[in-house]
Amino acid sequence: MDFLNLFVAVPVLTVIGIMFTKDLKGARIVSAIGMGIQLILSAYLVFYYLSLQGVGDLHNMIFYADTVWYAPLNIHYTIGVDGIAVAMIALTGIVVFAGIFASWKMEYLPREFFISLIILATGVFGFFISLDLFTMLMFYELAVIPMYLLIGIWGTGPKERSAMKLTLMLMAGSALLVVGLLGIYFNSAAPGGTYTFNMVEIVKHQMPIAAQRFFFPLTFVGFGVLGALFPLHTWSPDGHASAPTAVSMLHAGVLMKLGAYGCFRVAMYLMPQAAHQLAWIFIILTSISVVYGAFGAIKQKDLKFINAYSSVSHVGLILFALLMMNTTAIDGAILQMISHGLMTALFFALIGMIYGRTHTRDIDKMGGLLKIIPFLGVMYIIAGFASLGLPGFSGFVAEMTIFVGAFQHADMFHRVATIVVVSSIVVTAVYILRVVGIMLLGPLKNQEHAKLTDATWFERVSTITLVIAIAGIGIVPLWLSDTIQRSLHPLLQMILH
Amino acid sequence: MTNFQYVFLLRHEILLTLAAVVILIAELFTADHKKTSVITFSLVVFTIVTLASFIPAAPGTLFGGSFQGDRLTDLMKDILNVAVLIIFFQSGGYLRRSENSEKIGEFFALILLTMVGMDFMISSGDFLTFFIGLETASIPLAGLAAYDRFKSKSAEAGVKLILLSSIASGILLFGLSMIYGASGSIYFADIAQKMTASPLMILGLIFFISGMGFKISLVPFHLWTADVYEGAPINITAYLSVVSKGAAVFIFTIILFTVFKNIIDLWEIALYALAVLTMTIGNLFALRQDNIKRFLAFSSIAQAGFILLGIMGTGSLGMATVVYFMLVYVFTNLGAFGVATAIYNASGVETISGYKGLYATNPKLSLIMMLALFSLAGIPPVAGFFGKFFLFTSAAKHGYFILVLIAVLNATISLYYYLVVVKAMFIDKNENPIAFFKSTKGMRLSLAICALGIFAIGFASGIFDYILNISKLLF
Repeated sequence: MDFLNLFVAVPVLTVIGIMFTKDLKGARIVSAIGMGIQLILSAYLVFYYLSLQGVGDLHNMIFYADTVWYAPLNIHYTIGVDGIAVAMIALTGIVVFAGIFASWKMEYLPREFFISLIILATGVFGFFISLDLFTMLMFYELAVIPMYLLIGIWGTGPKERSAMKLTLMLMAGSALLVVGLLGIYFNSAAPGGTYTFNMVEIVKHQMPIAAQRFFFPLTFVGFGVLGALFPLHTWSPDGHASAPTAVSMLHAGVLMKLGAYGCFRVAMYLMPQAAHQLAWIFIILTSISVVYGAFGAIKQKDLKFINAYSSVSHVGLILFALLMMNTTAIDGAILQMISHGLMTALFFALIGMIYGRTHTRDIDKMGGLLKIIPFLGVMYIIAGFASLGLPGFSGFVAEMTIFVGAFQHADMFHRVATIVVVSSIVVTAVYILRVVGIMLLGPLKNQEHAKLTDATWFERVSTITLVIAIAGIGIVPLWLSDTIQRSLHPLLQMILH
Repeated sequence: MTNFQYVFLLRHEILLTLAAVVILIAELFTADHKKTSVITFSLVVFTIVTLASFIPAAPGTLFGGSFQGDRLTDLMKDILNVAVLIIFFQSGGYLRRSENSEKIGEFFALILLTMVGMDFMISSGDFLTFFIGLETASIPLAGLAAYDRFKSKSAEAGVKLILLSSIASGILLFGLSMIYGASGSIYFADIAQKMTASPLMILGLIFFISGMGFKISLVPFHLWTADVYEGAPINITAYLSVVSKGAAVFIFTIILFTVFKNIIDLWEIALYALAVLTMTIGNLFALRQDNIKRFLAFSSIAQAGFILLGIMGTGSLGMATVVYFMLVYVFTNLGAFGVATAIYNASGVETISGYKGLYATNPKLSLIMMLALFSLAGIPPVAGFFGKFFLFTSAAKHGYFILVLIAVLNATISLYYYLVVVKAMFIDKNENPIAFFKSTKGMRLSLAICALGIFAIGFASGIFDYILNISKLLF
């Protein structure tokens, strides 16, 4: 069996294992072991990839394996990873692992919860290892649908409505993708030739420009919905606010990046000419995402809404950077995917933990919490600093790279868009510091809160895992950007010519 | 061809007729207080029939070309047989009710006789055999729909079905007479050769599509569906929505592909419009239903719209995707109907709002229902995803990307109402949920088969390969 198949096999086995458990204790231990193995596998994959770098040319996929599935339609189960996928898999491994520990006290229907969560993770891992568009779509939809149950059953607030909204909007995105992928398939060879879903093969054959112009927007918007592309972002605040902690972490941390990854890997990579021609439309939309998300976050009082809007803004920045279509900006975009994934997962984990203690997410009802729950407070500040791009944290490296890349375009349109987007940094600082100031500093607002206890061991496991990763990227970013850049250059040669 | 081969080629039809007669005779000789043993007897008989029909036979034609059997038609008949077997396993609970004890034999015999009609229809080589088969398959259906004859809704369903079905048959026959007039023959092979887009032929084609549209319940010929589905006993509803519709889809596809293959452009325009209407209107009506039978009725109308996409692909790929989708649809829809039947038999509940809190009391049934609904909605990894994707592939192959776009957006709308049922079972709280109950053995067996089918068909790519290979024989 190929090594990469383990990334799907381990979660599936974990799900089967959970079915044999009886209660919360069994379910969470099995999940923790399963996802722990997954984390170790991800780490191994990263180190293996780094060790290969010395050897030389790496623009081929590693662990490439190809199994025929539906021979008549030339659908294969093709897997393989490059540096970007490796980085995304590592991100997923970390966030899922932290998510299991953030759900340690899931009392209501625990087995069902962990099963749904890990099915979701299976979909994400499967998506990142797939090179065949059909398999990719299958894993993508597999990741979306458990979300309905996770939010609907274990969520808070208007959860049924949010769950339905999120699921339908994402599946509508996936509906566009179906058309886009079929379009790519039927243009993947000269008429009468053997069509294929295999991305590595499709790239070799240039799609007709007319077809590209029709299918690029469908595919880009299809994945863009998941990346909260304005104006299709409205599922995000509602969904994230209602979702249970681990789901918010995974969704904002990994799934939204999955959307951005798809935009890059499928839409832009396979249809580069249309991407060049139509980028301006999406640059406008993503600029709006960035600014609108940031201002949205300023207005909110609910911690989860603040972070949901902040995610819209940050993922908008990722899409914006991708559309700049030069090496530096795209390099920054991928860095930002990892960095924001970790950071926002940390945010949502902490919000869940604080909410579990104070039973409110309204920042006006909290104050002076830093003295009472110092560990969680400090962690929140760290996440905040990373989010507003303070040097020393991952966010700085990523955002700087993006802006430098974006400024390389000398024309008016790109300059204006870049300046608009850069201005969002200031707004980001405002909403982050505002929360820190109101919630953590100052006098104690609610005397009940004086009795709160600080983080338990499993909460520490969850948060420290994420903080180590964030600091790791911030302090020594080169290993990550090396991993990414090695694969990025051959990819970009396709896109940039 | 020896006589023995004749018999062998007709094995589906002969076995079904024999089974119907044997069951009726057996019921005659059963004492009144032991009538329920007829159920077990019929199940055994029909299981043997289904298994025996799987034995392959050499393809051939009979009666001077009026009847043709090949591996494709055999497969279609086998799919219908399996569907009916599942329905029989699911109907034990309903038939055991005291009010049904005097008419158990009729239930099985009438279904088997409609099956004979459908099998002749699928194998027909001329329009006369086709029409006789169609009528044989339609008339007993009215009796079945009115099986609960003392319930006014059921009686109404029977009357509605027979009246509207006769009108549809009349229209169809009128169309067939025009086709005969235009081509001078009733044999498929002859007509195909002489096929030209003459005005008379086009008019005949329109009438033909309308008549078949009624049987497949395409919009705007669907108006009977919801009332009949609601009024008929739930097992009959399952039969109507899976088997009866499936047979009509099969022969509709075959005739369009073989007889009308020279004027593909013409009927594709009609199918385009019908597909858009059927998917959209079926969906919009399904959104507002609370009765599970009406809900499944409209959902099955919408599904018929998706099937048209497969037909529009034409060629062996189109044929294969349609047959494959019907195979998936058998397990999927019967899984959903099976759960609804079990719940109805145990508690009398047949509304979606009555399902609230079902997961707390009957987790296994809820899970199977969820799987079936996800499969209907086309969510991976269950079989419906593959079935639908291949239908879309078939239509996209001819460049109907806009139609595929309309279809996938409709699939998203359909997800909403499937999720409403999931929400009722898994999320909504209920003070008095349906109490825990144990289904009959037959029901559990049938649901296990459906669950297995829903899971396995998608991954076992060999099934699709097989269907595609035998579909190529048609062309």
